[in-house]
Amino acid sequence: MNWKILNKFGPFLALLFVYVFFALLDAKITTFTALETMLLQTVIVGISAIGMTLVIIAGGIDLAAGSIIALGSVVVALLLESFQFSPLVAALGGIGAGALCGIFNGLLITRLRLVPFIVTLGSLLIVRGVAKGLSGSIPINVGHTPLSNLLAALPADQKWQLLPSGAWLMIILAALIAGMLRYTKLGRHIFAVGSNEQTARLCGVAVERVKLFVYTAAGAFSGISGLMLMSYQEQGDPTGAIGLELDVIAAVVIGGGSLNGGEGSILGSIIGAVIMTVIRTGCQLNGWPPWVTQIVTGLVIVLAVLVDQLRHRQTA
Amino acid sequence: MAERELNQSAETTPRLEMHNISKRFGATIALDGVTFSVLPGEVHALVGENGAGKSTLMKILSGAHQPDEGSMRLEGEAYHPRHPLDARLTGVGMIYQELSLALHLTVEENILLGMEPAKWGWVNRQEVRQRASDAIQRFNHPEIQPQTPVRELSVSARQLVEIGRSLAVGCQVLVLDEPTSSLSREDIRRLFEIVRDLKAQGLSIIYISHFLEEVQEIADRVTVLRDGKTIDTRNVSDVSPDEIVRMMVGREMKDLYPRSPRQQGDVLLTVNQLSGPEKPESASFDLHRGEVLGIFGLVGAGRTELLRTIFGLDELKSGEIKIGAFVGPGVPVEHWQAGMGMLSEDRKEEGLALNLSIADNVTLSRLRDFGPARLVMPQQQNNATNQWIERLNIRCREPQQLINELSGGNQQKAALARLLQHDVDILLLDEPTRGIDVAAKALIYQVIDDIASKQPAKAVLMISSYLPELLGVCDRIAVMHRGQLGEALPTASWDEHKLMLEATGQ
Repeated sequence: MNWKILNKFGPFLALLFVYVFFALLDAKITTFTALETMLLQTVIVGISAIGMTLVIIAGGIDLAAGSIIALGSVVVALLLESFQFSPLVAALGGIGAGALCGIFNGLLITRLRLVPFIVTLGSLLIVRGVAKGLSGSIPINVGHTPLSNLLAALPADQKWQLLPSGAWLMIILAALIAGMLRYTKLGRHIFAVGSNEQTARLCGVAVERVKLFVYTAAGAFSGISGLMLMSYQEQGDPTGAIGLELDVIAAVVIGGGSLNGGEGSILGSIIGAVIMTVIRTGCQLNGWPPWVTQIVTGLVIVLAVLVDQLRHRQTA
Repeated sequence: MAERELNQSAETTPRLEMHNISKRFGATIALDGVTFSVLPGEVHALVGENGAGKSTLMKILSGAHQPDEGSMRLEGEAYHPRHPLDARLTGVGMIYQELSLALHLTVEENILLGMEPAKWGWVNRQEVRQRASDAIQRFNHPEIQPQTPVRELSVSARQLVEIGRSLAVGCQVLVLDEPTSSLSREDIRRLFEIVRDLKAQGLSIIYISHFLEEVQEIADRVTVLRDGKTIDTRNVSDVSPDEIVRMMVGREMKDLYPRSPRQQGDVLLTVNQLSGPEKPESASFDLHRGEVLGIFGLVGAGRTELLRTIFGLDELKSGEIKIGAFVGPGVPVEHWQAGMGMLSEDRKEEGLALNLSIADNVTLSRLRDFGPARLVMPQQQNNATNQWIERLNIRCREPQQLINELSGGNQQKAALARLLQHDVDILLLDEPTRGIDVAAKALIYQVIDDIASKQPAKAVLMISSYLPELLGVCDRIAVMHRGQLGEALPTASWDEHKLMLEATGQ
């Protein structure tokens, strides 16, 4: 087995394997509707995973992602319902709220030199609390707005778009950020900070600025995921997305990200998110109870880390 | 580049001058009025025993420390770097023993890290490749391709990448700190070619090494440091290795070392043809009851690896270890049970659990004695610890005090107390007096003498870089050089000079 090829296409091969496995069990998973549903269900985790990938490559972690998603959905709903803002302004408001949470994390981590795990564990609770406070702890129903189309199956006359706009948004964002990582100075510096922070500092990389950027970006991306959640449920849900940060982190890790920093890829993370959706959908279509789904998902995560370890031993 | 210009003025102005540099850490004087200069196009070797002040001097040069007194000039202008980045950008590049590369990035990304040519944040990849190739083509090393991730490179190739990084930023002074300690003969030869090449281009190179044969081969001048002072700066062609060694060790021996009559008993530990993955290579010796066996060697010779391999902390490739009835390689827990304990050279990282109490640290290896039914009663731990606090004169408030609140010397005594509390027969001591004050040293020498002479006597295997202490404490001494352990000879047949010659491979 050539390990270099496995390195590049590992997550993709895993996706293929999981998909073929479920397709053999039940052909329903190959229908267009099933594919469309799976893609839509991936978008929320997938967009947040783009930001999480940046954080993890830089050697950090963002445990607040799930709470930020909930806050994002609440802020969008609130701006639409209570303040009667236009959908565009409401959407930007939700994303901005996420970015603010990210800045909060980033400042605590860079200025006060606190450990990312602890800081974001704290903001996991803080942000969730803010979301509940803003909404009075109950979902804010919005009803049908133009934003609802972001994650709705396409009506027959719009099939030429191929995918709903939310899915396109994820793809475009992923491409942009992947390009940023590969072709810009900032991208290089994110890898350098995660790989060897001292060296990066020695070479004149503005380590603090890089960290502040990745956490802010992660907050903003989770804000976008919040917007998607709002669009999908047509309500701002302060208790939504609980524990979703773990799905997001798992997606990044399955996609080849290393929690020690220095490694990870946007494409890999998106594939990781898709793999988890495929497992969930596959289990549901086969009528397996949720506890089986959880066990299978857990096993896949452990397996992904194991393969990663083996791969490193080979190339070391 | 202004190489030609610089070469012309080579004989007149030094490129770098360090004048009357002093630095103290607390009560310790690390540097005491050191003066040092390097000419353009010169390789200047800096030698001295461990602790002589070489690394402190280089840390000041690279901006990691600030001098308490003294001044520096670079290219004739006042130079006072505030931090390593500052030094690098002004033209002083450090290549440390522990290489500092971002292993996940490629060769070219590492070389241009922090100074990527970019427009609007977008990296100009062609220029990156061009500039990286320029920096590395002088090396002509087959492994180093711009696109290779650094973690796939060998140690020697990584080192060259790091040199390349300093060249790319335009450094005119390169500091190579023990560059050959983990290189093969062939790699060393290649490195020397590159150093000569850089010298011919007018760069100034400060070469720190324990290996005097290397100094002879590559350096133009040599400066000897001892106890934080400059002893002399000489042309390498005018000075013999013998003289350098004499300058390095020339100090008086104090009567710090008690020596009671010791009765050598049966063999407690036999090490036979022991090899690790790299070091040691085929080491053999016997250690007797009532004996202190010393191992001398320079940093990187493989002494610590030898001890760690014996104790089962490092992988054993081949060979045999016999401890009484216990035979073969084992993990540390088996060795503790067989009556062998180890004192790590690295107190802070490995030797002690810094955020636990003194009592926890002292009793950690053997918790079963402190209460009925495998319970661990804090009161009994305290009682046992108090006894050592008294005997070793550990200065502290109480056994439950956190160990990182103690001074280095008292921490070291507590670390040693663990072996005594466990009551092991064989004590492996790695640099037992590193970085501690004289009073604590004297006490540790006293303890070592006690355990080797008082019945029932124990056996001590001790590593040290400090010659007087080895000569003062040990019954036999063996020297390690590049992974090879020499024969253990009676202390009477050694002196500082002979040990140093042997350790530097003369």
